[in-house]
Amino acid sequence: MTAPDVLQPSSPEEAVSLFEAGVTVIGGGTIVVPDMTSGRLRPEKAMLLTGAGLSGITRAGSRITIGATTPVSELVALPAPVGPCAANVADIEIRAQGTVGGNLCAGEGLEAPRGDLQGALLAVGATVRSAGAGGETTEPLEDFLPHRQDRLLLDVTFEEPSAGAFAPLIRPHTHDYTTLAVSAARAADGTLRLAVSGVAGHAVRLPGAEAKASDVEAAAGASPADVTFADDALASAWYRERTLPVLVRRALTQLQEDS
Amino acid sequence: MKLTVNGVQHTIGAAPLTPLLHVLREELGITSPKAGCQQGGCGSCTVLVGGAPRRACLLPIAALDGAEVTTVEGLGTAEALSPIQAAFHEHYAAQCGFCTSGMVIAAHGYLEGGGSSERESIQKALAGHVCRCTGYVKIIDAVEAAAGGEVVANQRWLPQPGEEAPVEIPGAPA
Repeated sequence: MTAPDVLQPSSPEEAVSLFEAGVTVIGGGTIVVPDMTSGRLRPEKAMLLTGAGLSGITRAGSRITIGATTPVSELVALPAPVGPCAANVADIEIRAQGTVGGNLCAGEGLEAPRGDLQGALLAVGATVRSAGAGGETTEPLEDFLPHRQDRLLLDVTFEEPSAGAFAPLIRPHTHDYTTLAVSAARAADGTLRLAVSGVAGHAVRLPGAEAKASDVEAAAGASPADVTFADDALASAWYRERTLPVLVRRALTQLQEDS
Repeated sequence: MKLTVNGVQHTIGAAPLTPLLHVLREELGITSPKAGCQQGGCGSCTVLVGGAPRRACLLPIAALDGAEVTTVEGLGTAEALSPIQAAFHEHYAAQCGFCTSGMVIAAHGYLEGGGSSERESIQKALAGHVCRCTGYVKIIDAVEAAAGGEVVANQRWLPQPGEEAPVEIPGAPA
């Protein structure tokens, strides 16, 4: 195996100029490095973002912007559902090393969907600034997720919600990816968003459940129709389908209590 | 690139994406971090980077230029154990020893961060570490004792030349 050509940008501008589709982007290394060690991944070209100056959380009023290489551990103090969702990712060491960008952009794993933070950030209506073919764009996270593999994520921005809730299934083991987790948030303008992580592909909004959110039982009952369930080593699609309404009910109940 | 390990600076020649674990074990001959799963899942390679516990198998060496790494070899000596090492000794918290380096480093990080002696809090701090002997109770006992200040650091545990080895093993069945 030949060692990959490794790009090491020292500024965001340099990272953007060096990025091209197909390059393996490394944030913290928690996904790419073990895949390379095992031989599952043999990149020809890789880009290491450690020195690219893309880390950190900035606040402007109620607006929170998270740089791509910010460690997951730095999100733990953010309001629900983002903070509790970050606290639920893997263990202390992995949270301190894995990055927000890596967590959002990673493809599906061998045994389960990845992207624990996707659902919480969908629920707060996050937008993503990214670079790639056609230049820099800013778009809603739900539009970014389907083509995330072709983009270099630069940062994620959202308005602090007026209320938030996070209702996960307990992980079988701390190192498992999210089996199923529902995030709920009420924006300052009253918009209520519901999203679920641990489904097939990437996390999704629950529009059918959102439309009925004023009635918790109706929203819970409507939620399975919004989703294609993953069927994998962590849980069967059968189990996830029956569990989603329970988590939607918990999240909406928490949200009412938080409001 | 430069890397300081246990206070000694080294110049590293490994390829940029080589995991820190391989550099420590193969290039520098420091073998307390164990090559267990090498997938970030077992905890046995955990070392301190800038004082905080990290998985050495997940860190590309190029991300660490100028970093300070501490392994178990750098925590204490056989004559003067660090508090958490002394606690592991006193509470008989090592069985086969494979997970011990990672457990000791993680527990050291937990104590340095002001971790409490509550068992649930200790379990969360060590959640990413697997003991294949399943000896978790004594490991948590040791961290609890160290966090509660019940262990005296810098005790001399090993016999000196000419001395008889101690026959009492604290924590062992009578």
